[in-house]
Amino acid sequence: MSAHAVISQVLAVVVALALAPLLSGWVNQCRAWLQNKSAPGLLQPFRLLHKLFNKDSVLAEHASPLFRASPYVVFGCMVLACAIIPSLSTTLLLAPAADAIALVGLFALARVFISLAAMDVGTAFGSLGARREMLVGFLAEPALLIVLFTTAMIASSTSLSAIVQTLSAGSPVISPSLVFAGVAFTMVSLAENARVPVDNPATHLELTMIHEALILEYSGRHLALLEWAASLKLFAYSCIGLALFFPWGINVSDSPLGLLLALPVLLGKLLIGGALLALLETISAKMRIFRVPEFLGTAFMIAVLAMLVHMLLGS
Amino acid sequence: MNGVVGQLINFCAALLLLLAFAMISQRRILSLIHLFTLQGVALVAATVLVGYVTAQPHLYLSAALTFVLKVLLIPWLLYRVIDRLNVRWDMETLINIPTTMLVGIGLVMFAFYLALPISQLSATIVRGNLGIALACVLLSFLMMITRSKAVPQVIGFLALENGLFFAATSATYGMPMVVELGIALDVLVGILILGVFMFQIREQFDSLDIRHLESLKED
Repeated sequence: MSAHAVISQVLAVVVALALAPLLSGWVNQCRAWLQNKSAPGLLQPFRLLHKLFNKDSVLAEHASPLFRASPYVVFGCMVLACAIIPSLSTTLLLAPAADAIALVGLFALARVFISLAAMDVGTAFGSLGARREMLVGFLAEPALLIVLFTTAMIASSTSLSAIVQTLSAGSPVISPSLVFAGVAFTMVSLAENARVPVDNPATHLELTMIHEALILEYSGRHLALLEWAASLKLFAYSCIGLALFFPWGINVSDSPLGLLLALPVLLGKLLIGGALLALLETISAKMRIFRVPEFLGTAFMIAVLAMLVHMLLGS
Repeated sequence: MNGVVGQLINFCAALLLLLAFAMISQRRILSLIHLFTLQGVALVAATVLVGYVTAQPHLYLSAALTFVLKVLLIPWLLYRVIDRLNVRWDMETLINIPTTMLVGIGLVMFAFYLALPISQLSATIVRGNLGIALACVLLSFLMMITRSKAVPQVIGFLALENGLFFAATSATYGMPMVVELGIALDVLVGILILGVFMFQIREQFDSLDIRHLESLKED
């Protein structure tokens, strides 16, 4: 346990907590610009969090302790996920625990808790959202696992730090299997983060909503935690994508200077990535919910192809 | 330098496979033709790159032939055919698409497993791509089997020829020029005859569903 590992670990968590709402704000801003609307400010998510934390939380009469505990569990899962993803540096205090499968497990744990909480109160919208969330989740998870396995095979290790170290040392020519894995990962992250082709994040009270239906019963600080967790999830997925497919600039050595340099590089990559996400959301239409299995099936298939191509071509 | 070009060839090969899968999962005929054109482009790029690495000028010639035929002429003919037949938005498969894709993944595994020992006998730099070419051929077969309409079947047949061409390029740096010219002309004549066929089928049965051809006698 070196001082460097402790410092980069603390920095990773602080940066994730601070940047995640900013990233959501940036994506919303870009989306509004692209759709010819006047955009909300970049700090709008922070204002929302501030407002919600100052409000009282209203609970349903029949809400069980699970309903009250879930926001904390979900938030904790997302913070831990952001902590083990090598977004700035690969020498993290939690690096020995930073396993690709554990990461998928963390996301699954959060999903189970938020779905149980949504069903807990017994409203129609809650259980509807929970079912849809589980439908999307059980289709997205294998695809995500295969993507991570493909990169793990390239690095011969399932440790995220080792994978990122191997990939950032690789040749500048992107191999076909990584391109396939990148496409599959983009599709999975659109579905997991309730983005446009699968779910519309800007919707309230619409019959097709997924994520909003889950958190409909929450208010006050619970809602604030869930909103923050959602933006942390988006941040976590962006960081995994950037670390796996664009690993340049991540600090792989122990030098403090590299750590300082990694932050502006990450900011730049997130700016570009967020703008691209907004563009993708603007040009695509939301699909029917019955098309989602096909969409995620395609993602799974591309991920499997990535793995097979890696086995055959060895590159 | 050869390493980078080799990577690019592998990339084109992977793209061919991806496009073959995209064709399987496509519901619309118009998009199917776009995908077929893109597959032709990937094939031309792969052939040119192989020709460049191995310094075989005759590969440039066959790449040019492929470009003219499969990227320009045949897609244009197909556009005309579907315009005349008015079947732009046709969508019908015999098995549903996720199942087809799962079967497709099985076929790809089979092809890779089959090609592995064969490609070890070959000495070309792109021998690894033999499995991909075989997979493309099998996927095109699958497409021909699972589609009930005439136009997607013809496109499946053309994609099959793409796969064979790529197999020849990756296993032996292309066939002799005479054979290649012969095949190219065959494909061209084939598409013309099949185009006439499609019109005849439509004339006879008022639809392009080839299941009508299964009954021998008119009731």
